[in-house]
Amino acid sequence: MTEVRTERSISVVVNGVPREATVPVRWLLSDALRHEFGLTGTHVGCEHGVCGSCTVLVDGQPTRSCLVLAVQVDGREVTTVEGLSRSDHQGGQVLHPIQEAFRECHALQCGFCTPGFLTTIAAGLDARDPSVEITEEEVDELVGGNLCRCTGYANIKKACRHAAATMRDEAAR
Amino acid sequence: MTTKFFGEPVRRREDARLIIGQGRYLDDIGSGAYAAAFVRSPYAHARVLDIDVSAAMDVEGLLAIYTYEDLTGPLAEPLPVLIPHPQLTAPRTGYPLVKDVAQHVGEPIVMVVATDRYIAEDAAGLIEISYEELPVVVGVDAAEAAEHTVHDDVPDNIAARHHQETGDVEAALAASAHTFSFTQYFERSASMPMEGKGVHARWDDADSSLRVYSSTQASTSVRAAIAAKLELSMEKVEVIAPDVGGGFGVKIVHPWPEELLVPMAARRLGHEVKWTEDRREHFISSAHERQQRQEITVGYDDDGRITALDVLVWHDNGAYTPYGIIVPINTATQLCGPYDIPVYRARVNSVYTNTVIVTPYRGAGRPQGTFAMERTMDRIAQERGIDRALVRERNLIQPDQFPYDWGLTFQDGRPLIYDSGDYPAMMAKLKVLVDWDGFAARRAEAEARGKLLGIGMAPYVEGTGPGPYEGAHVQVLGSGKVLVSTGLTSQGQGHETVFAQLAAAELGVPLEDVVVTTGDTRRFGYAVGTFASRAAVVSGNAVALAARGVKEKALRIAAEVLEADPADLEIDEGLVQVKGTPGASIPLRTVAVLSNPLRYAFDEAARQATQFSGPGDDSKPPVAVGDAPGLEHTDYYSPLRSTFASGAHAVVVEIDPATWEIAIEQYAVVHDCGTIINPMIVEGQVHGGVAQGVGGALYERMAYDRDGQLTNASFMDFLMPYSSEVPDVDIDHQSTPSPLNELGIKGAGEAGVIPGSAAIASAIEDAVGRRIAAMPISPTELYDLVRSDAERVTNSSPHDSGAMA
Repeated sequence: MTEVRTERSISVVVNGVPREATVPVRWLLSDALRHEFGLTGTHVGCEHGVCGSCTVLVDGQPTRSCLVLAVQVDGREVTTVEGLSRSDHQGGQVLHPIQEAFRECHALQCGFCTPGFLTTIAAGLDARDPSVEITEEEVDELVGGNLCRCTGYANIKKACRHAAATMRDEAAR
Repeated sequence: MTTKFFGEPVRRREDARLIIGQGRYLDDIGSGAYAAAFVRSPYAHARVLDIDVSAAMDVEGLLAIYTYEDLTGPLAEPLPVLIPHPQLTAPRTGYPLVKDVAQHVGEPIVMVVATDRYIAEDAAGLIEISYEELPVVVGVDAAEAAEHTVHDDVPDNIAARHHQETGDVEAALAASAHTFSFTQYFERSASMPMEGKGVHARWDDADSSLRVYSSTQASTSVRAAIAAKLELSMEKVEVIAPDVGGGFGVKIVHPWPEELLVPMAARRLGHEVKWTEDRREHFISSAHERQQRQEITVGYDDDGRITALDVLVWHDNGAYTPYGIIVPINTATQLCGPYDIPVYRARVNSVYTNTVIVTPYRGAGRPQGTFAMERTMDRIAQERGIDRALVRERNLIQPDQFPYDWGLTFQDGRPLIYDSGDYPAMMAKLKVLVDWDGFAARRAEAEARGKLLGIGMAPYVEGTGPGPYEGAHVQVLGSGKVLVSTGLTSQGQGHETVFAQLAAAELGVPLEDVVVTTGDTRRFGYAVGTFASRAAVVSGNAVALAARGVKEKALRIAAEVLEADPADLEIDEGLVQVKGTPGASIPLRTVAVLSNPLRYAFDEAARQATQFSGPGDDSKPPVAVGDAPGLEHTDYYSPLRSTFASGAHAVVVEIDPATWEIAIEQYAVVHDCGTIINPMIVEGQVHGGVAQGVGGALYERMAYDRDGQLTNASFMDFLMPYSSEVPDVDIDHQSTPSPLNELGIKGAGEAGVIPGSAAIASAIEDAVGRRIAAMPISPTELYDLVRSDAERVTNSSPHDSGAMA
């Protein structure tokens, strides 16, 4: 009988930093991020991939970290809400425009679902041509896959438009 | 008070940490804690015959298994009936772990503690329990029939008969020109916060003390309950509500079994223990709300003015009644909304079923009451051929009728007296906002596109800000930092921001100098909790009073230094100055230093207050009799009674007769919560409430089968609205300040959800011309309804003459 391996070592670039860890093979990516790497900004809301609170970026793509095993990201890059800020090209860090926009537009209340929205929307905004004005269809697409129980989404959509406008201004500079 | 900050859309203080993933929610605490998992009843009603843990004992990493047999002292007694009431004649509560009979699917039977959650669940899965299944009662109709009972010693399944009346309703009905009766149903939904419940406990053996973090709406009362149940003295227990990922009512219930069992395990094991509720656990063990059957009889005159209203409500309270009959009382007392109803009687029979307990979910009985009242109004309008808005307007309480005393008793045990409002103006604003009178043209336009358009409206009144009290402590530090603390908890409402606004406005300090702490018993021990739209009203006024006390003391001390009359001083931007005399000033932070006469100069600022630092008045002690060192003040606000906010919603729905999909084309809200501290936050509360109202009207229900299994206990099957389901909301504000508190504030938290189902039902009925007698309603149900022999109804347009119009 073959021995069942219950743990495995993985190498992951988390928020730009190469990390090594030995994790139980049944651990979800959300478990590894929260319990092994101490990145508790990734929240688990439903554990079955519906609410989107736990969304992180795997090689830049929004991914439900409760539907991915930690061992599946071996050799990949993971970005969590803690890693959304960007270099200000002067040695410091600035928040992603969508993070600023969430505060500006009151797009969060309890804040539990917020990290999942931020990672998803940030990836979407970063992938589009910032010089083009964002459409309502694009906004609906960016916001439409995550659950929020507090805000009724109006201000989250507003934050998307606000961030897109900021990025458009930046691109025009 | 300065007007700066008060009434401004100040950006939230709490957001800085939350947008970078630095919030501290329950599961973010205690990374080294042992993990608890529960074995929960798979049956809705079953006697536990035997629990065999032998297979679980071999699991590596298992630390403890607890059953009812392991509970001692008060822990082995039933959980408390939190809100006793004379009409709650058969209260029943469960045990922290099932003693003998499980009364609903999800009731905890065994607690397992292990080194991590996976291992705890491994062990839990190996525990074998044998059961004797018992007959199951699901739904109010089965409970009323009482063919089977939930609790052996409650043969009619009735926990409470709540009865209130303002006169002889039967005589008034007999004397009415017209009457009719009807029955309708309202389904279950639930708060369903994105973060479930959770508890972390740390026992300090050397100190024999306990620190508990709980995702709760009532940390001070959780503390008291833990102290009582674990037989600890109060000063040995501290309870902290960290960042809480939404509450909406479900977290006001306490102590949840886990809030007692996790601390118990931490104490016994001498190690941190944590339990984080998973989503399925939340569905099957945390509270639901809203199911009722309503039997309504109304009397009215030729003009549609109500002369008598009689309601009999069968209210499903689930398996136990830990929260008393607050929800039935809210339905009974808030049902009449903004209407002047001469004779009213409400009877609510609160019945047991083998389902999850029913306790307040945002709105807390009011959405059902509003549904009853507003569907009655629509029917009267249809019977009399009067425009639905007009029949409502004819029944409104007029501005000169305040205070309007119902002669009923509200949920806080105080008289139900509406303090202020302007309902005719509110309805007039709503009609403009939704273009009520111009709807016929929109309907015609939609018909031309092959779509059915309907419009509905529903006003409501909400009792907010009930007592008994909240308190606040405000302290100015020598650094200039202003600490504000209140015992009431936060679940995303922005309390850190609005309480900072209030303190900054009262004290005259920059907003960024103020730091607010809520829900931490180490900082403030006396509190009631966050529920019933009360935080801004009750804690808000307490913060203002405490800040005022600090200001008075600051001016008194500064007056001595500046050799001025305190009445001539003001504080602006943290500087105490003589009005109109630039330069004659002293920083508030220096006043804070001087307020505490010192022997020791522990830092540079402190030197100013030491005993050789300046001339003192040798004739007086350094701290005057009756005075206290420090620039701080504690105060409390205890309202005489609740204050009554109001609002009105109007909805336009578009229905596709091919698919019977129901789309909300327009959602209009007029909202009156008195004086507003932060309009941005109030609008956010309204948006969120409307989304929950839409969910409750069109998507959400708890689908129990006849065996008491919750068949949709996941986000895949329980359909909470995504952004695609939530309409844009047009909001118009009206401000009728409350005369009951100095700030004029009324609560805003629950308002948005209350009239959703009533207004949407009205709009759907208007679109399809068939009677809507149950909510929520799905496209499939609507399809079935229009193909059934359901009653056909026609609404009059505003431009029809109508009877006596």
